[in-house]
Amino acid sequence: MKILPEPDGQPGLVFLELIQGLRIRDVMTTGLITACLSDSLCRIRGLMKENRISGVPIVADRRLLGIISLEDIMNALAGHYIEDPAEKHMTRSVVTLDENMPLTMAVDAFEKYPFNRFPVLNESQELSGIISSRDITMRLLTEMNREFRRLEASLGGKPAELEESVRRYPVRKHDFTLAGTASTTIKKILKEKGIEGALIRRVAVAAYEMEMNQTVHSLGGELVFICRKDRVELIARDFGPGIDDPEAAMREGYSTATEWIRSLGFGAGMGLPNIKKVSDEFSLKTGPGGTEIAAVFYLNDNVT
Amino acid sequence: MKISELEKKLPVTSLQGEYEDSEIRGAYTSDLLSDVMAHAPDSSVLVTIQGHKNTVAVAALADIKVILLCNNRTPEDGMIAAARDEGIAVFVTPENQFKISCLLGAALQE
Repeated sequence: MKILPEPDGQPGLVFLELIQGLRIRDVMTTGLITACLSDSLCRIRGLMKENRISGVPIVADRRLLGIISLEDIMNALAGHYIEDPAEKHMTRSVVTLDENMPLTMAVDAFEKYPFNRFPVLNESQELSGIISSRDITMRLLTEMNREFRRLEASLGGKPAELEESVRRYPVRKHDFTLAGTASTTIKKILKEKGIEGALIRRVAVAAYEMEMNQTVHSLGGELVFICRKDRVELIARDFGPGIDDPEAAMREGYSTATEWIRSLGFGAGMGLPNIKKVSDEFSLKTGPGGTEIAAVFYLNDNVT
Repeated sequence: MKISELEKKLPVTSLQGEYEDSEIRGAYTSDLLSDVMAHAPDSSVLVTIQGHKNTVAVAALADIKVILLCNNRTPEDGMIAAARDEGIAVFVTPENQFKISCLLGAALQE
């Protein structure tokens, strides 16, 4: 095996970026196998066998009411009550995770509790997925594998721009020291790929405004940078609190920034309008659970 | 005009002199970093009072070569190191933005 040099000379940076950039909802399984209160343990045992799983959430109306584990089934077999409904024997106090939590919190939960999986809830407290330690391991291995392939390609002189790549950068609330690092990195990557200067500038403007918006206004979030053959995409996702008046926020000069933020040279009310102006496609979704802004840049004009 | 020539012609002191001595093609005066980001020309001098690391980030993104701090502003910790990393010159002047912009404009006209 070839020994690969550390990217940018920073050991473990890629790995750190990976873990910090991912949230539970990026990794969890969403194709859920569930049962309802009246389902018999025998039926649930069948579900486990068919789907090779060792826990089945019991739900009503997307609400999580309890969970039946393999152990419950074994007990039912031993105690001859396998025909009883789930309601009678399920574990009711279930430890759950929030889908917007960073992946690191799921790792902590696996360390803290003896469970193999945790049900995941969305903002409306509905069951939205389930996360196992296997999900985490698989995701990290896939991402690491991709990163290694990218490194190998860049070493072997294979043009890196032919590969699609996704990079994630964490953005923290009011951390002005961190702010700007993602956009600077993105700019360098595009430069290495030989993208034309004016386009780099447009992407850089949008990336910077996204980072600053999250730093100034949000509770923290991430900036996702996707390179495709024909386009570059930037997606800024944060954990809230959402934009109260999105229409006003799109007007140049409208700002809710504090005096302190303004004294630093930000909060001029040009962020969102700037992003829209420089991008080929722009979208904004916002709510109390978070804001997602996406900007697309075409790499050549004949893209429709 | 080259950066080193501007440094000699203008009433400035260099705080960060590790830069590639390239040609300056324009200038922009503003303290609003979003505005700088959106409108400053590349290969330019930024006249501003914003002496912190984010000014360097914006300069790097907008291909600004020189940050010129007015009114003898003292840069915040880390700004000079960040500028050195990016190869961006940092000068400081006792003049205000209007005065130094006029001098800079005249120098660039030559």
